[in-house]
Amino acid sequence: MNDTILSLMTFTPLIGVLILFFIPKDSHSTLRGVAVAVSLATFLISLPLVTGFVTNAEFQYVRDVPWITAGPFQMHYHVGIDGISLWLVILTTFIMPIAILSTWTAVEEKVKEYMICLLLLEVGMLGAFISLDLFLFYIFWEVMLIPMYFIIGIWGGKQKIYAAIKFFIYTMAGSVLMLVALIFLYFKAGGGDFNLTRLYSLSIDPATQTWLFLAFAFAFAIKVPLFPVHTWLPLAHTEAPTAGSVILAAILLKMGTYGYVRFAIPLFPDAAQRFTPLMATLAVIGIIYAALVAMVQEDVKKLVAYSSVAHLGFVMLGIFALNQQGIAGGMLQMLNHGVSTGALFLIVGFIYERRHTRLITDFGGLSKQMPVFATIFMIVTFSSIGLPGTNGFVGEFLVLIGAYESNLRWFTVVATSGVILSAVYMLWMFQRVMFGELTNPKNQVLADLNAREVIIMLPLVALIFVMGLFPTPFLDKMAPAIDKVVQQAKQKQVAQTVIPQVPMSMPMQMQMAPHGMEMPEAPAMNK
Amino acid sequence: METLAMPAINFAAIMPETILSIVAMALLLVNVFVPTEQKTYLGWLSLIGIAVAFCPIVTYWNAPVVLQSGFNGSVLQDNFALFFKGIFLVSAALSTLITDQYLQREGCNRGEIYPLILLATAGMMLMASGTDLMTIFLGLEVLSVALYVLAGFNRDNVKSNEAGLKYFLLGCFSTGFLLYGMALTFGATGTTKIARIAAYVATQPTIFSNQMFLVGMLLMAVGFSFKIAAAPFHMWTPDVYEGAPTPMTAFMSVGPKAAGFAAFVRVFMIAFASCKQEWTGLLWVLAVLTMTVGNITALYQQNIKRMLAYSSIAHAGYVLVGFVAGNAVGTAGIMFYMLSYAFMNIGAFAIIVLVGKKGEPNNNVADYAGFGFKHPVLGMAMSIFLFSLAGIPPAAGFIGKFYLFSGAIQAGYIWLAIIGVLNSAASVYYYLRVMVYMYMKDPVEEFDWLKVTPTFAVCILVAVAGVLIPGIVPGYILEIAQKAVLF
Repeated sequence: MNDTILSLMTFTPLIGVLILFFIPKDSHSTLRGVAVAVSLATFLISLPLVTGFVTNAEFQYVRDVPWITAGPFQMHYHVGIDGISLWLVILTTFIMPIAILSTWTAVEEKVKEYMICLLLLEVGMLGAFISLDLFLFYIFWEVMLIPMYFIIGIWGGKQKIYAAIKFFIYTMAGSVLMLVALIFLYFKAGGGDFNLTRLYSLSIDPATQTWLFLAFAFAFAIKVPLFPVHTWLPLAHTEAPTAGSVILAAILLKMGTYGYVRFAIPLFPDAAQRFTPLMATLAVIGIIYAALVAMVQEDVKKLVAYSSVAHLGFVMLGIFALNQQGIAGGMLQMLNHGVSTGALFLIVGFIYERRHTRLITDFGGLSKQMPVFATIFMIVTFSSIGLPGTNGFVGEFLVLIGAYESNLRWFTVVATSGVILSAVYMLWMFQRVMFGELTNPKNQVLADLNAREVIIMLPLVALIFVMGLFPTPFLDKMAPAIDKVVQQAKQKQVAQTVIPQVPMSMPMQMQMAPHGMEMPEAPAMNK
Repeated sequence: METLAMPAINFAAIMPETILSIVAMALLLVNVFVPTEQKTYLGWLSLIGIAVAFCPIVTYWNAPVVLQSGFNGSVLQDNFALFFKGIFLVSAALSTLITDQYLQREGCNRGEIYPLILLATAGMMLMASGTDLMTIFLGLEVLSVALYVLAGFNRDNVKSNEAGLKYFLLGCFSTGFLLYGMALTFGATGTTKIARIAAYVATQPTIFSNQMFLVGMLLMAVGFSFKIAAAPFHMWTPDVYEGAPTPMTAFMSVGPKAAGFAAFVRVFMIAFASCKQEWTGLLWVLAVLTMTVGNITALYQQNIKRMLAYSSIAHAGYVLVGFVAGNAVGTAGIMFYMLSYAFMNIGAFAIIVLVGKKGEPNNNVADYAGFGFKHPVLGMAMSIFLFSLAGIPPAAGFIGKFYLFSGAIQAGYIWLAIIGVLNSAASVYYYLRVMVYMYMKDPVEEFDWLKVTPTFAVCILVAVAGVLIPGIVPGYILEIAQKAVLF
C-alpha cells in the first residue's frame, strides 16, 4: 500500500472524470456532487501521507516503474515525496474541494465540462509535485496547462480568450527551453535515466551549469511569476472564474517556486549561487513594484493578483537565501500564500457573484450589511499582510531572517519595506470596500454569506490561525529535506582553482554560517 | 545456345507493392460494373487490399538480407522501408475511410479514386525501398502522376482543377530537377546504385571539387525538398492542399511527405554519407527556413485547410531537424514522427470533412464557432489532434518532437533544437485558435448536417488511439523505429 498511495491519490480525480462522462450534462447537482465527493476522497487518501511520514530527508512512498525504454532513453514512472513536496501535495488536495464547492452558484453553464477540467487539473498538479523522474515531471508540467487554459478561456471574464492564450503560450515558451535543457542535461550525464537522485549527484562544469540553470530558471520564473515575466498573471487571475483563480494562485504558482527548490538549485548549485544576486534583485523588485501597482488598482481581483506577485517575491527571496531559515520561510510562505490568497480570491468571488462588479468604487460600507463576510475578510486580510498570530507572519519573518543572515542583507532591508506596502494596499482596499458609508442602494440589499460559503471559508480561516500559532509541525516535517537542499546548494562544488586562504578568514566564515548547518571544509567558498 | 542468366528478381521484395497494384487493377475492372450509388463497395475492397498488403510487412520484418533484396540490388525491403510502408498503408487506409462520404456529397463519386490511392501508395512504397536512384525516380513518378489526378479529382470545382494543374506543373518541373541531379550524379560516380555511389564517394575525398557531383547533389536536394514541401520550395503546398478534395489533402499531407523523406534519407545518409559535413549545413538552413516560414505564415491563415497546409510545412521542418542530427535517435524520430503525423493529421482532416458542406464554403476557422459544445466527442477528438500537432504531452506529437530534438541535441546542434522548440511554442497559437473558436466562441450555426457514419467513427477512433497510446506508452513503437534505423 505504501508505494501505491501516491499513484492512487493522483489518479483518483481521473476516475472521477470517467464517472462524470456518463452523467447527463443537465443534472448539475449530480455533477457537482460527484466532483466534490471525488476531490474529498482524494484529500482523505492524501491524509495518511502526513501521519505516516517519517521526518527525514529521504523520499518516501516511492514507486519506481520502468516506463519507456527506447534507444538511449530510459524513462521511469518514478514518484515519491519528501518534506518539501509533502505539504504542497496536501495543500493541493485541500484546496481542490474548497475550489469546487465555490463553483456551486458561480458557474451555471457547461458545468460538466467545468468539473472535468477541474479534476484533470488536479491530476496534473499532483503528478507534477510527486514526480521524481525529470521527464515525468515535464509531462505533468505541460499537461497542467491544458485544463487551466480551458478553464480561463471558456468560463472566464471579458478578456478571457486573450488571457487564456497569453497564459498558455507564455508558460509554454519557458517550458520548451526547459525541455532543451533537460535533454542536454540527460546526454551530459551520459544517458542512463532521468532519475532525479542520480542527476543530483552529477558534477557539471560551471559554464554548462549556467546555461542549464538559466533555461530551468526562465521556465520557473514565468510560473512564479518573477518580474519581468509576470505580465500574464494579472490578466489570467482577473479573467479566470473564481475556482480557476483560486487554484491558479494557491497551487499553480507554487509550481514555479517548487521547481527552484527541487530542480534548479540542487541540480545546478554553482550557477544558483552565481545568479543569487540577480534572482534576489528580481524578487525584491517584484515585491516593491507589485505592491506599488497593487496600490493603484481599481479592480479588487487585480489588486489581489498583484499581491500574489509581491508575496511570491518574498518566497523567492527566502529560497535564494540558500540557508535553512530562508528556504523554510519560503516553503512555509508558499503554504501561507496558498491559504490566504486562495481565501482572498474566494472572497472576491463572493462579492462578484452578488454584484457582478469588482470595482472598489462600487462598494463601501459593506461591513454593516454583511458582518460575517466582513469578519472573515478581515482575518484573511491580516493573514495576507503578515500580522503576528496569523500564518503570514511566521513565513515572512523566517524569510527575512534567513535572507538577512545570508549575503542578501541589503536586499532584505529593501524587502522589509514591502511588508509595509502590503499593509498599505490591503488595508486601504479593505477600508474602501468594507468601511465607510453604505451609500450605494445596490449594496444595501446584499445577502451575507450563506452556509455553503461559510463552510468553505472556515477551514481556511482555521488554518490561518493554526499555521500562525503552531507552525512547528509544518516546519519540522520540512526541516530535514530543506537541510538537504541547503547542503546540495552549498557543498556540491566543482573543483575550482584553489586560492590559498588566509587563516584569519576561516573564523569569519564560521561565524556567518547559519546555525544548524555544518560548515563545509572546502576553501572554495565563494561568499 | 547460351542459357540466359536470370537476374536476381526476388518478387518478395516488392510484395506489398504488387498486392496493391493487383488490387488496384482489379478495382478498375470492378468499377466498370458497379453503379454510382454503390461505389462504397470499392472502398471496402481497397481496404481489404490494404489489409492484405500489410501482411508481408509483418512477415519480412527483420528478415535476412537475401530475402529483402531484389531486382539485382535496386530494391531493398529492409526494416527502414518496412516501417515506412506501414506508415503509407495506415495513411491510405485512414484516407479511404473518409473518402466515400465526401465524394457523395460533392457529386464526384467516381470509383477510380480508390485504385488511384492504392497506386499512389504503391509508388510511395517503391520510393521508400529503392536502393537505386532509378527505382526511387520510378516510385516518385508513379506516386506523382496518381497524385496529380487525385488533387484535381473534383473536376467540377474550380479550386480542385487549379490544385491539380498547379501540382502537375510544379511537380513536373521539380521532378526534372531531381532527374537531372540523378543524371549528374551518375555522370560523376558512374553508377546509380546507392550502395555503389557510397563506396565511390568514400574513396574520393576531393569529390566536392567535382562540380558535376556538387550540382547533382544540390539538384537532388531541390527535387526532394519540393516533395517534402520544404521552404523555399513549398509554394505549391497551400494552394494544392486547399483546392484538393479534403480526404485527398489528408492523404497527400502524410504519405508523399513520408516517402520523400524516406528517399531523401536513403540517398543522402547512405550515398553521400562521406561528405556529410557539407550537406548538413545546407539542410540546417533548410530546416530553420522551413520551420520558420511554415509557422509564421500559418499564423495568418483563416482557411483551416491552408492553415494545416502551412503547418505541414512546419512539421516537415521539424523532421528536417531530425535529419540534420543524422544519428540513430534522429532517424528513429523521423520515423516515429511521420507515423504519429499520419494519425493526427488525417484525424484532423477527417473532422474537417465532417464539418464541411458541399462546395466547401465553410472552411474558415471561424466556421467552427461553438463546435466543441455542439458535438462534444468530435470536439474532444479535434482538440486531441490539435494538441498533438502542437506538441503537447501526453500526445504522440510531443514524443515525436522530443525524439527529433533529442537527436539534434545529442549530435550537438543545440541552437537548432532551440529554434525548433521555439517554433513549436509559436505554432501553439494557431492550433489553439481553432480550439478558441470551438469552445470559447458562441455558436453561429447548429451543425445539423453533420453525419458521423461508422467508417468515420472507425477512422477517428483509430486516429485518437494512434495519437494517445503512443503518447502515453511510446516505448514499443520507439523501439521498433530504433530497430528500423539504417545504421
